[in-house]
Amino acid sequence: MTSTPETILDIANLCVSVRGEDGSREVVSSLSLTLKRGETLCIAGESGSGKSMTALAIMQLLPQPAGRISSGQIRLGDTELTTLDERQMRRIRGDRIAMIFQEPMTSLNPVLSIGRQLTESIEAHTSLSQAEARQRAIEALKAVRISEAESRLKQFPHELSGGMRQRVMIAMALALEPDVLIADEPTTALDVTVQGEVLELLRDLQRQHGTSVILITHDMGVVAEMADRVIIMRQGRMVEEGKTSDIFARPRADYTRELLAAVPRIGGGVGRQKSREPTEVSKPANVADVKDLHVRFDLRGGVLGRVNRRVHAVEGVSFSIAPNETLALVGESGCGKSTTAKALAGLVPYGGDIVVGGRNLSGLGRDERKAVRRDVQMIFQDPFASLDPRMRVGDLVAEPLVIHGIASREERLSRVATLFERVGLSADQMELYPHEFSGGQRQRVCIARALALRPKLIIADESVSALDVSVQARVLDLLKELQREFGVAYLFISHDMAVVENISDRVAVMYLGQIVEMGTRDQVFSNPRHPYTKRLIEAVPVPDPAQRRSRFARLDQEIPSATRRIGDAPLKLSLQDVGNGHLVAAEG
Amino acid sequence: MIAYLGRRLIQSALILLGVSLITFALLYLLPADPVRQIAGRSATPQTVENIRQQLGLDQPFIVQYWRYLTKLVSGDLGRSYIQRSEVTELIVSRLPASLLLMVGAILCELLIGLSMGLIAAVKRGTATDQTLMVASFVGVSAPQFVVGLLLLYVFAVRLSWFPIGGYGTWRHLVLPSLTMGILGAGWYARMMRSSMIDVLRQDYVRTARAKGLARGAIIFRHALPNAILPVIAMIGIDIGIFMGGIVVVESVFGWPGIGQLAWQAIQRVDIPIIMGVTLVSAFAIVLGNLLADIIAPFIDPRIKLR
Repeated sequence: MTSTPETILDIANLCVSVRGEDGSREVVSSLSLTLKRGETLCIAGESGSGKSMTALAIMQLLPQPAGRISSGQIRLGDTELTTLDERQMRRIRGDRIAMIFQEPMTSLNPVLSIGRQLTESIEAHTSLSQAEARQRAIEALKAVRISEAESRLKQFPHELSGGMRQRVMIAMALALEPDVLIADEPTTALDVTVQGEVLELLRDLQRQHGTSVILITHDMGVVAEMADRVIIMRQGRMVEEGKTSDIFARPRADYTRELLAAVPRIGGGVGRQKSREPTEVSKPANVADVKDLHVRFDLRGGVLGRVNRRVHAVEGVSFSIAPNETLALVGESGCGKSTTAKALAGLVPYGGDIVVGGRNLSGLGRDERKAVRRDVQMIFQDPFASLDPRMRVGDLVAEPLVIHGIASREERLSRVATLFERVGLSADQMELYPHEFSGGQRQRVCIARALALRPKLIIADESVSALDVSVQARVLDLLKELQREFGVAYLFISHDMAVVENISDRVAVMYLGQIVEMGTRDQVFSNPRHPYTKRLIEAVPVPDPAQRRSRFARLDQEIPSATRRIGDAPLKLSLQDVGNGHLVAAEG
Repeated sequence: MIAYLGRRLIQSALILLGVSLITFALLYLLPADPVRQIAGRSATPQTVENIRQQLGLDQPFIVQYWRYLTKLVSGDLGRSYIQRSEVTELIVSRLPASLLLMVGAILCELLIGLSMGLIAAVKRGTATDQTLMVASFVGVSAPQFVVGLLLLYVFAVRLSWFPIGGYGTWRHLVLPSLTMGILGAGWYARMMRSSMIDVLRQDYVRTARAKGLARGAIIFRHALPNAILPVIAMIGIDIGIFMGGIVVVESVFGWPGIGQLAWQAIQRVDIPIIMGVTLVSAFAIVLGNLLADIIAPFIDPRIKLR
């Protein structure tokens, strides 16, 4: 590489506007940036910052007919992209600028084979024959470290895991060796260990081919790990630009400082929960005791449609939660953490014992069970989908009281008003509908709703995962405050190790339906014993470019499936105490 | 696959059994007396009683139904009261004409409906889109006998492009197929449009555009197979609607199919024929649905039959 690498992409004064019902709105305002050959530029920012719109503008794929480039230039080498017509632009797309997207699950066409989707872009841009295109496709799959590349060509997207699909997307994007690769949140939808592998793959491929990469992300950990230079965006404007190490070490803009402060870090961060004395777990006053919980789903097949396979979603899980305590349940997708929560909330049939407030739910009748369930409430992941759009938020929060026949109308109103103020909303917002709130405010409404019945236990299932970091930090603070005030216990379910490390008192790590390690936060994070726990913690990108990891231990195989044949039940792990209640599954 | 087929066939047989029971019961409860129709107005009460006994219509319902069912198993649909021939033969001789009409109609509605829907979706929000959607609305709401007579008047009487009625060449097939197809085409155009608009919004279409594929490849290779899936499921249900339409259309065009046969039988309370036609229609609907379900996995690899 030469000492002064050439500029490959040059954007000057780019403005993008989107026409909505209430007129035209500028989503990107006079943005200028340059991208050099072989460089990785991160565009970071929270939702609505215009980072994705910038990417789509470069590709001229803005949502039609509403979005358009209202002014500015985008130069790719010697070509001015904004003046090209659709046909000329089509030759650029995929060939000179390629793009990969956030959702590997939906970004591949479900009815076309992997091979077809790979070869069609090769055939569209080159004059290679079908056989040559196929050969190129196999090479591309090998380059992204997909085993048995040749037989993969016949497979369909649904037969691959999320991580594999994203690799296929990368293979597709890089098969034609483009000058620029735009990766829009490429690892956001992936599990943390898979994220590590995909990021490393991107880095290696970039080094090999000298591709310039624009990486769009909200995750400052990913920025620190990948970027040479960073652009921080907010509300369509560039807030700050600089070398990665400078931005992290000496942020100049206030917004950058706030953003970096809000990022949860393992072992640090402003909102980190202080280590508390471990509460006596065996006290009878536990809010909830779960013993040998299992949840299995039967799958039918064969001529008579008999049960022949079974999903062992949760397999012999036991834990207790004390009042005023936060127990975090962590693990990757499919590990059974959400199913455990659903069983506890009574949303799926289960086996084993769930004792809430000293009463075993399995022995109770319908009405008694309903009364006990009042003590357990849930907050879900998606604050948009979990509020009925046709109900006023005040009624939504009052609904649990109505269902359980608590308080008169006036009392309910005043209780809801108090709850609104308690979660940081104002009482006059009760008359509004959910769409009039932002994501963070909606999650506050959900929290108020969960609190309405004054439960002893709140299950928070990925409750802050969909929120921007700054909003996330405030919601986490609120949860902690409410815990201090009401003594409520949390079962906090998350895939985000840094958030878990910040909020929890105790942590249970789940893998394939079983708990492999459980202990206090400090035991699990400072002294992880189980190899899976170690992997999980190592995989978290550290939001500090000075601590960039050299290499990530690669997992050779995918996580096995929890679906098993009848009679082939999984082996039950036994947990051993390695000191002070730190439980670790024996390896076997 | 085999297991799936086996289970579906058993289900189908049960459905047909249910249909036969309900039709039989309805016809039994009918106030019109088939014996009166056969014997004529001048017949003595004695003759009427004799005929009734001959046909076994004096027996209790259960006995009659059981007798019908046992014959049905061996493919015997009984004898027509009035035409003095086997119902099975009558239906078999007229079935090819009706099947031909049905194939013609399905082709018409798919060709017209799917292309209208596709064009409207791609040109969404334009005048073309609006015109096509108004046209589809007209197609859905126009009664078939009106459409049939209108087509006859314009294309057969005025322009003489096609024969006025009858059966034999492909020219005879065009107008009846169109008449039957226009109703369905209206539905398909609307379904296809909304399905296509939905698919064009999907991430994988954006991926296809980002790859620099041509517009045609995006629409026909990436969007169409995904958009057509819900439409295919409809075709099975559609055959049921056809069976209703066939009675009208075959009468308008003098098409010698089972619709015409049914129409004549209904007028004369010829119960064995009505039963026979009903069962054949029910069979066609069941078969249509089965076919639609079997085709689906070939288009969408995610669907597995079990």
